Amino acid sequence: MTEPVLSVRDLKVQFVTRRGVLKAIDGVSFDIAPGEVLGVVGESGAGKSVTGSAVIGLIEPPGRIAGGEIRLKGERIDNLSPEAMRRVRGKRIGMIFQDPLTSLNPLYTVGEQLVETIRTHLPLSAGQARRRAIDLLAEVGIPAPDRRIDGYPHEFSGGMRQRVVIALALSAEPELVIADEPTTALDVSVQAQIITLIKRLCAERGTAVMLVTHDMGVIAETADRVAVMYSGRIAEIGPVRDVVKHPLHPYAVGLMGAIPSLETHADRLVQIRGAMPRLSAIPPGCPFHPRCERAFARCAVDRPEPLDRDRRKVACHLYDEAHAEIAS
Amino acid sequence: MLAFIIRRLVQSIGVLLAVAFIAFAMFRFVGDPVNQIVSIEASAEERAQIRESLGLNDPFVVQFARYVGRAAKLDFGISYQFRQPVTKLLGERMPATLELAFVSAVFALVVGIPMGVYTALRRDSWLAKLFQAVSLVGVSLPTFLIGILLIYVFAVTLGWLPSFGRGEVVRLGDWWTTGFLTTSGLRALILPSITLGLFQMTLIMRLVRAEMLEVLRTDYIKFARARGLTRRAINFGHALKNTLVPVITITGLQLGSIIAFAIITETVFQWPGMGVLFLQAVQNVDIPIMAAYLLLIAFLFVVINLAVDLLYAVVDPRLKVTVRAA
Repeated sequence: MTEPVLSVRDLKVQFVTRRGVLKAIDGVSFDIAPGEVLGVVGESGAGKSVTGSAVIGLIEPPGRIAGGEIRLKGERIDNLSPEAMRRVRGKRIGMIFQDPLTSLNPLYTVGEQLVETIRTHLPLSAGQARRRAIDLLAEVGIPAPDRRIDGYPHEFSGGMRQRVVIALALSAEPELVIADEPTTALDVSVQAQIITLIKRLCAERGTAVMLVTHDMGVIAETADRVAVMYSGRIAEIGPVRDVVKHPLHPYAVGLMGAIPSLETHADRLVQIRGAMPRLSAIPPGCPFHPRCERAFARCAVDRPEPLDRDRRKVACHLYDEAHAEIAS
Repeated sequence: MLAFIIRRLVQSIGVLLAVAFIAFAMFRFVGDPVNQIVSIEASAEERAQIRESLGLNDPFVVQFARYVGRAAKLDFGISYQFRQPVTKLLGERMPATLELAFVSAVFALVVGIPMGVYTALRRDSWLAKLFQAVSLVGVSLPTFLIGILLIYVFAVTLGWLPSFGRGEVVRLGDWWTTGFLTTSGLRALILPSITLGLFQMTLIMRLVRAEMLEVLRTDYIKFARARGLTRRAINFGHALKNTLVPVITITGLQLGSIIAFAIITETVFQWPGMGVLFLQAVQNVDIPIMAAYLLLIAFLFVVINLAVDLLYAVVDPRLKVTVRAA
């Protein structure tokens, strides 16, 4: 097996507040192979975005990485100095944010922002960087890039701005791109184009992608593997086909069941009863057990560790061999 | 762009006409101008003659038109107390006031902006907290008190700097005198400029700090970090530039106030500027000077505001569009 581009082990992110320590991420582990697209799904507050921010080193106080390791091509990056980490950002890990309308500085032209990023990371002259910027704009599908490069962000539409953001994220040929809800703020008609674009560009370059979203449709179409997050932990992670079609974890089952389908007629969509616990009140044992229909005694006491099941990992006592008889 | 400037110029003329009307109305309502000119012993015929020769019997509109016409040629009449043309009196003193205002404004910007940036970036350092505390003193202490305190410490107790006057001045051209070219002139500028600029400085500092904190929270700053830009590029290239529009607005308004309200500082430091002249005019009901001063300040405000509007377009490309469309 090839060495993963990104390897996260037992990552813990905490927010220190006056009311105590909130565990936003509590023991998350996953790998992303070169050229692979890993989808990360979950409800709001499940820790998807925080995981992305932790990987690129943008957790801001009062938040902090409280434990675990993040390795990029085998090198640890979670304990780098701020200056060394800055050099990793943009150069080796690119990031695409949710809202293209606010991601670009309104006072600089698109070209100025591209050239600035390129020249921060690559030893190019101003002219070379500009040519590269024009090429990048052409690649992300901006018409007449040699003219549009001198336009200001407000002269671009939302979809076009997200293309610029993608060009910025890819400008230094990173090994990994973190896309944090890249289509949430866009028109439905543009969403598919942007997703296709990210997928195509990263496939061409062999760039690995961590795609954070709550849109299962996007995941099903784009991702190779998917991680389902709940209360700062990974409930289930595995190949997208398996997880979407035959989810194992009761939460994943509920999540997939909630996707409306064109084939079957339903008067009411499936709903998981209750709500995700607040970070200050995560129940002991499995955080999902109060909402889980298949919970049993052990779930309230014992925290489930990820178990290997075929090609996936699932954190649920139902799949623990010792309790198989109880589950069945 | 040109259409915008022309439109603004027409508006400016409207503003100036309105101010001129108020200035002119002073002549009519603050006592009889004839009484200010002639001696107490003048006979009724003499008074009537002067009234006629000054055109005071003409209809109001005609008189106003005549006043505006003269003002356009920088003729504001003769001062009652000095028996000299108002234009000459104001012109002699204008350099002193403008130089003082200029140095104060530069001081306020050059010290205020970096302090604002520093207190925003290092919010928790003790120096930032000290700046914040000092700035509270700056916004709340009245100008004359600051001036007197500075005189007491630096002129009286330490004896480092002069406590009054402009020092030696050098004549440039026909009417401009400058204190910038002599040591004593420069030394004399220090205390009054600090006194006049301290309030503006603390105001700018607090404004820059608040705006910086706002901008540093925005998505494009987060994205700039995610692009791996250096701290310096982010803080100064991206964040500071985005705080400039409100800073320019306030600075523009404040620059007008610095010139208009230099009166107090000029009085405290016996500064031979327009403010002192204006105060004397008020005491002696010297209406031509008061009216001309009013018009001059209005003119400065209008010019500064126009400059501010044009600067917006330079700083923020989004505003250029509205400027072009206007």
